[in-house]
Amino acid sequence: MSRDQILAALQQNQPELTPLPDTLSFPRDESLDLKEKFITMAEGIGSKVYNIASFDEIAPLIKASFPDAKRILTVVPELVSAEIPAFELHEDPHTYEDVDVAIFKPRIAVAENSALWITEDLMGVRALPFITQHIMMVVDRNTLVPDMHAAYEQIGLADYGFSTFISGPSKTADIEQSLVLGAHGPRSMTIFLYN
Amino acid sequence: MDEAIKTHPELSAIFNEDEQRVDWHDETLWWIRQKRDKSAHSIPEWEQLRATASQIKNNVLSDLANYLISFEEKAIANGITVHWAADAAEHNRIVHGILKDNGITQMVKSKSMLTEECHLNEYLEKQGLDVIDSDLGERIVQLAKEPPSHIVLPCIHKKKEEIGDLFHVHLGVPAGTSDPQVLTETARQHLRETFLTRKAALTGVNFAIAETGEFVVCTNEGNADMGAHLADVHIACMGMEKIIPERKHLGVFLRLLTRSATGQPITTYSSHFKKPRKGQQMHLVIVDNGRSIQMGREDFRASLKCIRCGACMNTCPVYRRSGGHSYHNAISGPIGAILAPNLDMKKHADLPFASTLCGSCSNVCPVKIDIHQQLYKWRQVIVQEGYADPTKKIGMKIMNFTLSSPALYRTAGKAGRWVLKYAPFTVNNSMNLWFKQRDMPTPPAESFGEWYKKNVKKK
Repeated sequence: MSRDQILAALQQNQPELTPLPDTLSFPRDESLDLKEKFITMAEGIGSKVYNIASFDEIAPLIKASFPDAKRILTVVPELVSAEIPAFELHEDPHTYEDVDVAIFKPRIAVAENSALWITEDLMGVRALPFITQHIMMVVDRNTLVPDMHAAYEQIGLADYGFSTFISGPSKTADIEQSLVLGAHGPRSMTIFLYN
Repeated sequence: MDEAIKTHPELSAIFNEDEQRVDWHDETLWWIRQKRDKSAHSIPEWEQLRATASQIKNNVLSDLANYLISFEEKAIANGITVHWAADAAEHNRIVHGILKDNGITQMVKSKSMLTEECHLNEYLEKQGLDVIDSDLGERIVQLAKEPPSHIVLPCIHKKKEEIGDLFHVHLGVPAGTSDPQVLTETARQHLRETFLTRKAALTGVNFAIAETGEFVVCTNEGNADMGAHLADVHIACMGMEKIIPERKHLGVFLRLLTRSATGQPITTYSSHFKKPRKGQQMHLVIVDNGRSIQMGREDFRASLKCIRCGACMNTCPVYRRSGGHSYHNAISGPIGAILAPNLDMKKHADLPFASTLCGSCSNVCPVKIDIHQQLYKWRQVIVQEGYADPTKKIGMKIMNFTLSSPALYRTAGKAGRWVLKYAPFTVNNSMNLWFKQRDMPTPPAESFGEWYKKNVKKK
């Protein structure tokens, strides 16, 4: 069994036990305006950010931004309307290949890098945030945290099957370091900040 | 496979034939290094983060067997099938076996340097399987039938016109296309079709959490997720040093990884895979392939702390001017040069010498690996084991002889200055390796020793 041989070899060759750091506490600028920082980072990465007072503003914005979108769906129940149909579950993720716009509500928004933490239960199906041509995120300002340490503190040992941080539209710079948005995942990310 | 492998100096000489390309390569990578600096300097606690990451990784190395056992137990409880591979051959057989059991002949694969290390693609192709790399840079080098030249930027050595030519031949874009936007869109369409039709997806692993049995995969393109979430079978392959103890430690590593790699604050996607989705198989292959041996080499085990950010490559004056392919190893640059001799000391005896020992690699390393010191130590091991280049040995012997006698040293210095002054043609030729891509200096009129005698000693 390779497993036992590998583990035995490691036990033989490992150095003496050294301790983990006691705490993961790092200095933090408490005066930082989280919302401002988040918007700067999100726009810097290539997302579009709107401050909204009411969810009613979203449907017109979608219409204006993506007039040709045929299949729009929302995984956020509060947003369901005549223009924005609710997500319906199909077992086969391939059935979402023609989605133009999908709307989600992440759990945590990280100011230092505009990463949005979204667990599987808020995705509809795992493939959806990736396969949709354009992604929209409805972000409650109260979910803003300063950095990744704070994010993981909140996540704790929560159980999920799959979860991800999404910080912007999918992108690549593999060709001569020229940044191109829309590699394999969404071509754009729109963030609606509310509350 | 057994044909004589060209050495780093020989391969660098080929790369250096096109001076303009070398300058372009050098400047591109230095620009990425500058982006890394800007990003790192915007975090006041950067050095504390590095020290913390280093301490966590030291702890991982000191208790790796237990962490692996705990990780395996949790992963199995989560519904993941765990496999162990002692070496590259076993890893390849395991992946092939999973595909065969499911009757799958085509697979889409996201970036995994481990599978490059194991030469998985070649192996599967020999078995009649079709593998398509989905990372844009990897797809480009795959079409060019080349290995990646950089672990983060696989086709950094290619110009957009060359990529256009490849896409013209393989993906049908009009001849002469070189706009990155158009080329990327072409690859997007082509690979979308691939994602939608493949039943198996292979991904790498950036971090595996012992506490929870989940693993994290980071990409900007979203290709790992597109593959994994659409396929019936997800295979993730990891070198066993990818373990980190607790989920909260991800906060430290995700802050460091991309800032060190490209200067970005984080990748677009940091995906946490914990359980297979309903009806999906999730396999995880844990690979040793020399890592347990490296663990036993006290001077070199810290190389196992590496998180594969590529910062040491971007900063290395030798890498930037010789290109990734000159290292003839899946992982190039300074970190590759300390990992490779562990796998095959004879084949990679030249790599630890491909460095100026300037130490820049160690200074940018997010987990504080003493890379340049390990390069220096590998040189000694390689000479002792008798794998050093014979001309290097002769040179060192002459140097030792000359430096141990003050009289000889003075005479040799005089002779050197005389030659540079009166017979420069004897050194300014291709026989002298130091003349390559350089001009020899104008000789000083006298040595420091002579000057000192005249000006200071008299007083």
